[in-house]
Amino acid sequence: MLAGIVALLAWLVANTAHNLETRGLKTGFGFLKDPAFFDINQKLIEYSSRSSFGRALLVGLLNTLLVSALGIVAATILGFAAGMLRLSRNWLMARLATAYVEFTRNVPLLLQLIFWWSLLTGLPGVQDSLSLGNVAFLNNRGARLPAPSAEPGFGMVLAGAGMAVVAAIAVSAWAKRRRLATGRGFPVAAIAIGLIVGVPTTLFLALGQPLAWDVPQPGRFNFTGGIQVTPELVALWWALSVYTGAFIAEGVRGGILSVARGQTEAAYALGLSRGATMRKVVLPQALCAIVPPLTSQYLNLTKNSSLAVAIGYQDLVSVGGTVLNQSGRALEVVSIWIVVYLGLSLLTSLFMNWYNRRIALVER
Amino acid sequence: MRTPRAWIAAAAAVATVTLSGIGVTNAATLEDVRAAGTLKCGINTGLPGFAYTDDRGTWTGFDVAYCQALAAAVLGDPTKVRYVNVSAANRFTALASGEIDVLSRNTTWTFQRDNELGFTFAGVSYYDGQGFLIRRSLRVASAKELNGASVCIQRGTTTELNLADYFRANNLRYEPVPIADNEEARVAYVAGRCDVYTADASALAATKSALQNPNDHMILPEVISKEPLGPLVRQGDERWSDIARWTLNVLLAAEEYGVTQANVRDMARAATPNPEVNRMLGSEGSLGAMLGLAPNWAVNVIAAVGNYGEMFERYLGARTPLGLPRGLNALYKNGGVLYPLPMR
Repeated sequence: MLAGIVALLAWLVANTAHNLETRGLKTGFGFLKDPAFFDINQKLIEYSSRSSFGRALLVGLLNTLLVSALGIVAATILGFAAGMLRLSRNWLMARLATAYVEFTRNVPLLLQLIFWWSLLTGLPGVQDSLSLGNVAFLNNRGARLPAPSAEPGFGMVLAGAGMAVVAAIAVSAWAKRRRLATGRGFPVAAIAIGLIVGVPTTLFLALGQPLAWDVPQPGRFNFTGGIQVTPELVALWWALSVYTGAFIAEGVRGGILSVARGQTEAAYALGLSRGATMRKVVLPQALCAIVPPLTSQYLNLTKNSSLAVAIGYQDLVSVGGTVLNQSGRALEVVSIWIVVYLGLSLLTSLFMNWYNRRIALVER
Repeated sequence: MRTPRAWIAAAAAVATVTLSGIGVTNAATLEDVRAAGTLKCGINTGLPGFAYTDDRGTWTGFDVAYCQALAAAVLGDPTKVRYVNVSAANRFTALASGEIDVLSRNTTWTFQRDNELGFTFAGVSYYDGQGFLIRRSLRVASAKELNGASVCIQRGTTTELNLADYFRANNLRYEPVPIADNEEARVAYVAGRCDVYTADASALAATKSALQNPNDHMILPEVISKEPLGPLVRQGDERWSDIARWTLNVLLAAEEYGVTQANVRDMARAATPNPEVNRMLGSEGSLGAMLGLAPNWAVNVIAAVGNYGEMFERYLGARTPLGLPRGLNALYKNGGVLYPLPMR
């Protein structure tokens, strides 16, 4: 069996090499240094048509990471909200959550993606943009938002925010130790939020608001300046989040239901409120059942982001396709795709497995 | 439909390159086509004038006619073609992998495609250049005024590269909006996702003719590139590339010597005063045998699709919605650059 597989692989490699040779095709990754000569509309790093194929692929990879990260955050929020609402005692909320889950779970992602894209490109044209206080604009080319640019002193604000976060972590650790030792509670959440919001805000105001805004200006064809959020990015982000959120919701609901009813009743008997019961008793136990399937959903979302090519969002697959076509290096580009997606998936799995071990129930 | 089928096909094609043992490594495309009894011809996914479906749902158009001509030359029957619709982005993989025998999809002949990608161009069937389609209401008179515009562009084309070069050379900024094929580009342009659609001028004329009010749109005067379009085959199969080249030449020579779809059978029956025509149509000499084809191969070609001029007028010319002038695509004696090679 093993020998058969090895023989098949050897034959594949030899045959591919032979085919490439008979056509006089060159192989190797040297072409990544050659100039790409094409432009990309959404780039998180410096890129021009004179940059290399390798840099073009990097731009695509960053676009993939951007939409995946945004999607994972939004899908998690949506999923937890919908999953808990499905179990809500409020009839309307529970039914709405059920309708959301059942509808989005059962419509192919590609159709949802095209739906969101069509909706966004159906917005008014540039000349009739919807305006928000004349600083932000929405039209069928996406959103134009004012871009912040830091002025001297803004570093202090950031440093203050960082220190506030550290202080909040220290306070919560101290509060936890005290609670375990004495049983006395402490308003950790309120203090932490106060610190994290309050310190940077105070510094920001005290230093005379060291932040300038680059407000978009109407131009002949498009707005200039500011940050452009393309309809492709929003459509892809939203489609991925809504679709994956429905699956996460089911995982969350299952996780909550897996916690024995007696736990809730015991918490009520101790006088905990419904909210506190959910937060302190049910969810921590439910997470053990929620996290493993959550990992697969994150992986799915990242891989599904390659549907970007259908609406022209320039992710790794889309840019890679152009690189493949302009350079003719099919094998190389396809192997880059495989390695990158495999790497992203493995990294996500590693992180989620670590998190899963951390929250696992400690048997005492 | 906006489907990722281009990528699925590309991946499948790569798998095919890797997996296919006999069909591809064997360079004898002529024998393969004869054995299969059909010609696998790669055409556009839809471009008025060049490759489109008629009211009976069959593929027709200028590029499609070349497929029929080649099938007529090789198999004696212009209907023995299996059309494979390929996008700009997956066409080369389809040809390299052997999914198609010939690519007839308004493809620009460039140095890199000829050499690095490993293809052989059969010649030029249409001399084109890249232009810009824009709404008249934007009041743009020249491409130099396009600073800051959003530009729809087909991914994986030479136009994509020319666009980047042109805007860079003129120090203009733009937002590229990448699109998979001509039909999607039309949808995005109509929706206002982009201000300008750039493509080969012939494709723009085709797109414009399919818009609701063609007169609300115009093609800017600038032609920013040379786009010699033609059919191509895999490199390394000389017999097959010769057949592709000389089939195209027959179409051009037939126009020069006045051989038409209507009169070709009569002219072939008896020797004409023109020995070149006699050699081409097989009543003198044995040109067909030199290519490994039937003596009447050229007769079949012309009977199937007519000569180059007839093809042009039928699909692209003044009496079609495209209304393209012959321009460069006239014979050399009529002021164009088409110069048929001698049939000798």
